[in-house]
Amino acid sequence: MNVDSIQNGMVIDHIRAGYGMKLYELLGLDELDVSIAIIKNVSSKKLGKKDIIKIDADIPVNLDIIGYVDPSATVNIIKDGKLVEKMVIGLPKTLTNVIKCKNPRCITSCEQEIDHVFKLTDEANKIYRCVYCETKAN
Amino acid sequence: MRSVMDVLDLSVDELNELIKTALDIIDNPEKYAHVCDGKKLATLFFEPSTRTRMSFEAAMYELGGHVISMSDAGSSSAAKGESVADTAKTVSCYADIIAMRHPKEGAPYIASKSATIPVINAGDGGHNHPTQTLADLLTIYREKGTFENLTIGLCGDLKFGRTVHSLINAMSRYEGNKFILISPEELKLPSYVKKDVLQKNGIPYEQTTDLVGVMPQLDILYMTRVQRERFFNEEDYLRLKDSYILDTKKMEYARDSLSVMHPLPRVNEISVAIDDDPRACYFKQVLNGKYMRMALILKLLKEAGTI
Repeated sequence: MNVDSIQNGMVIDHIRAGYGMKLYELLGLDELDVSIAIIKNVSSKKLGKKDIIKIDADIPVNLDIIGYVDPSATVNIIKDGKLVEKMVIGLPKTLTNVIKCKNPRCITSCEQEIDHVFKLTDEANKIYRCVYCETKAN
Repeated sequence: MRSVMDVLDLSVDELNELIKTALDIIDNPEKYAHVCDGKKLATLFFEPSTRTRMSFEAAMYELGGHVISMSDAGSSSAAKGESVADTAKTVSCYADIIAMRHPKEGAPYIASKSATIPVINAGDGGHNHPTQTLADLLTIYREKGTFENLTIGLCGDLKFGRTVHSLINAMSRYEGNKFILISPEELKLPSYVKKDVLQKNGIPYEQTTDLVGVMPQLDILYMTRVQRERFFNEEDYLRLKDSYILDTKKMEYARDSLSVMHPLPRVNEISVAIDDDPRACYFKQVLNGKYMRMALILKLLKEAGTI
């Protein structure tokens, strides 16, 4: 299988196998008219298997979403065909409009145009809670 | 702008300061009778309430201030679809401080983000009710003279009872306290409260369904009502509502120094016969609630530079 290297854009690497599609959807990449490759179940020394996403366009990407789906994923920024930056995102402290609160008693269930905000309350167990009602994100 | 959504928004030092102010109000009411002259409290209650609303109103009047409010949520602009954020901005133009109760959890928090005046959470669904906890704390202090080394029994609906969660949070910040959690299986304290508050801070607790068995150990017994409005299923409510009824017989097992507390309203979980028992403190809690609301209104208006 051949996937061309990209010129300007981003490679999201070391995604835990099986999480590539979830990340693709949460990042809204399905709505973009640019070249994107999702490579699943690639052999990895570190992970055994991993997923990779290549985005061949210099577009803004919400890094918090990447950190939330897989904090150990690496992001490689490519400019003019060269790697210019490599970073591990880690768990973001706050998530804004990434996930929605499922508590039917939460004000977010009825107040319009309100940001859905979650805060990281337990880093070790990756627990986020809604800032409005403190319900745990699933 | 400083608002109070949760009792934990207040540090231990601030709680001590509020207690001190409340005690001074009790001893010297005339000193505080005009400190809020010309200032207005807006009570925004989107859910039925008797004591909390009247307590806030009485508190503001006793500070010399005025109260404005909506007649009921059904006739307000909220019923026409106005957002909580817009309501808060609008009311900020009329009043100096807001006390808000809302059935949706987090609504007062949204109000506090939009308002230009302090907002006090007067109860948001099953989430927080900080001024009830302030009432509880002043009651504990006046009855026991300390917040430390107490064995506190919490009985009834520990799952949905927001006052219980807040009280556990507040009392967990003091040394040497132990909690005994008395409830039916279905209404046990949520695991996240046990894990995030009790276990995390190494606070001793035990869970039981047997109220009589633990009565002799208790310094405080905090009774709660099984709340019909927190159930989606009427059958579950009917099955659980009479789980614990405190009567004179059960009180025979208690220490003479026990303090029986209840956030009220009660339905039938405390027998009326106990009202005359010197250990009954629940109507004292109501009065203490007014003093703590006075102290809190004063603190927030001072911090806002309004008085």
